[in-house]
Amino acid sequence: MKHIINCLVENQPGVLARIVGLISGRGYNIDTLNVGPTADPTVSKMTIVAPGDAKVIDQITQQLSKQVDVIEVIEMTNKPHLEREIVLVRVETKDNAQRAEVLDVASMFNAQVVDIQKDSISLQLASNQNAVSEFLKAMQPHHIIDLSRSGVIAVGRESL
Amino acid sequence: MKKKKDSKPEIKEQAPALRSGAQCVIDGLAKAGCDILFGYPGGTVLDIFNCLYDAPFQFILSRHEQGAVHMADGYARATGKPGCCIVTSGPGATNTITGLATANMDGIPLVCITGQVALHLIGTDAFQEADVMGITRSVTKHNFLVRDVNELPEIIAKAFYIATTGKPGPVLIDIPKNIQRATTTLPTIAPESVSMRAYKPDVKVSKSDIEKLAELINKAERPLLYAGGGAINGDASELIRELAHKANIPVCTTMMALGAFPENDPLSLGMVGMHGTAAANYAVDKSDLLISAGARFDDRVTGKIDQFASKAITVHIDIDRSAIGKNVETHFGIHGYLKPVLKAVLPHIKPSKHDAWVKQIKDWKSKFPLGYPQPEGVLMPQTVIKMIDTLSKGKAIIATDVGQNQMWATQYFTYTQPRHWISSGGLGTMGFGLPSAIGAQLARMNELVVCISGDGGIQMNFQELVVAVEHQLPIVVVILNNGYLGMVRQWQELFYTKRYSGVMLSQQGRRPNEGITEEQKYLPDFVKLAEAHGATACRVTTEKEVEEALKEAFKRKHTTVIECIVSPEANVFPMIPPGAHVSSMIGHLKN
Ligand SMILES: Cc1ncc(C[n+]2csc(CCOP(=O)(O)OP(=O)(O)O)c2C)c(N)n1
Ligand SMILES: [Mg+2]
Repeated sequence: MKHIINCLVENQPGVLARIVGLISGRGYNIDTLNVGPTADPTVSKMTIVAPGDAKVIDQITQQLSKQVDVIEVIEMTNKPHLEREIVLVRVETKDNAQRAEVLDVASMFNAQVVDIQKDSISLQLASNQNAVSEFLKAMQPHHIIDLSRSGVIAVGRESL
Repeated sequence: MKKKKDSKPEIKEQAPALRSGAQCVIDGLAKAGCDILFGYPGGTVLDIFNCLYDAPFQFILSRHEQGAVHMADGYARATGKPGCCIVTSGPGATNTITGLATANMDGIPLVCITGQVALHLIGTDAFQEADVMGITRSVTKHNFLVRDVNELPEIIAKAFYIATTGKPGPVLIDIPKNIQRATTTLPTIAPESVSMRAYKPDVKVSKSDIEKLAELINKAERPLLYAGGGAINGDASELIRELAHKANIPVCTTMMALGAFPENDPLSLGMVGMHGTAAANYAVDKSDLLISAGARFDDRVTGKIDQFASKAITVHIDIDRSAIGKNVETHFGIHGYLKPVLKAVLPHIKPSKHDAWVKQIKDWKSKFPLGYPQPEGVLMPQTVIKMIDTLSKGKAIIATDVGQNQMWATQYFTYTQPRHWISSGGLGTMGFGLPSAIGAQLARMNELVVCISGDGGIQMNFQELVVAVEHQLPIVVVILNNGYLGMVRQWQELFYTKRYSGVMLSQQGRRPNEGITEEQKYLPDFVKLAEAHGATACRVTTEKEVEEALKEAFKRKHTTVIECIVSPEANVFPMIPPGAHVSSMIGHLKN
């Protein structure tokens, strides 16, 4: 099962390297890692998506918590939460027929058109990770020129 | 919930005048209680060494940076206080890695200061630049790069605070040269006044956890205490003794906890694990309640993990929350410092006899004693250790290297007090023995320190012998010379059909074309080598000679090296092969 772990850290140089080093050094698998600022400029948030059973996730959580620069670790998966991943994908559209097909898939998934070129179209979808994966699967028959996924980010839905 | 923001420590004293970063280092160390600093100088720490000239504490110059870290480590293990060391950038810093990793694995508090090239040169491959933050991240509890001299006083205080609280460990401070030369008006800060929002080592143990633990103990029929390094680090040996005696609970210890419970106590089972006593390992197997007190279920203890203590309810008390449930799925974990947990649980414990269980333990102990073959005319290494035990009346502080010598030292010396056993457990670092003995002796000048080493390991840091001699340390270095990298040879004997590959140190039995002459029989000649370093030295080959040499050495106020030529193929037994269950134990005596 996939788990989403939010990790609040001191916004200091070297902290990202410390977390990444911990994850690779202890041989944990992770799917995605996202880092960004928070409302408090001294705090950064990392969101880690990792596969594994409860024991593995507990170890990751405990090892992260042990780091001197880690303020708080929250396992989001079993809590009410909102999660989003954003994908930007640029697909080849050589002719009108192809463009129509691509736009069809896009509208099925509620993806937005963000750029149109002579022979390509760029789409954006922000949704949960599953929907993003399904969307990309549906795009597969077309020629994907470029693609970027942000990794999952998440916020809780209940007051703390 | 968010933890609270850093509250700036309140400033009690008048802000001192302008100080250099280098001076802040000296003042910070002094404030933290440093009385001995170990180290080695170089270009990027010249400013600190300049201030060190007038420092209120002693400086000990090692002969290799690895030696300096092990000395600080030995000092810390012998005292419980943080060890301090300082080295230069680049090669000085990279030479500390083994020492830091050794301390990190065993939870030993150290503060290591490294010089670094000036901030504006970082990343330019400057002379003697190394990415010390990157290299040391995984072998330290924490590390700091100082980017502003105004942060320095606080970082030094934080380093000591982090090193000594929670599960202790080494903390490194990387200080660029220009920061050492810059000035600040900020005062020195005491480690006690530090508070950090992201690091809160204090944990509260709930009343219900204590009651549950007491209930488990009161109900158990075959309870067993399994004490680990946390019992030493957490200063909990008194309380372990109290608990054991109150409810007649037998105690086994890991190697890291030797001395946490007196081995001459009838309830003591000695050491558990691969080379532990048969009785301790049987007790783990048969107990119905295993209470781990600061042990971490290391694979050298557990062997086959899913059969370890399979009949027991397992309780794991540890200050390191991540250690609980890491290797073994324990039934009940208590996250907290050992001392307050034991203190809180003691009043709830009902006195109990556990007659049948205690008798069973006694039977195992007499049925499976430690023992070894004693062929005529060969000096056995175990005999040497026993002699050290007898002649020092079990009072010596034993610092060991790694290998068979270390295991025999665990088995044939009777440990009765904490902090008398100084040995690299988690990392198993050859070369640790001699420098750690020096650190321990400097910390405890009035006690007898004996370093037990192999002919292989002693060569890894032999240069430090000079340090013992020049400071007139009465350390007794006992080299068990079996002519082999003995522990590796033992594994090759047992598990690789005696194909001895790359383990021969002795010159005897070599092919003639290797050009060994009679004078080169001993290579190196440890006696000459020790004498060249200024120590008193002798070579002994019989039990009688060992006895005389030890007696004299224990009286002498001068560093002594005793090279014991011992049986080349003696093995460490009993042994539970790696990853096996106690039922596969080999080489144990039966009465
Ligand atoms: C730095 C280091 N290198 C290699 C090893 C692997 N090793 C463990 S025990 C041992 C042999 C030690 O030989 P010696 O010092 O002669 O001690 P003995 O086992 O013979 O008592 C070796 C090579 C180690 N533990 N540490
Ligand atoms: Mg040897």
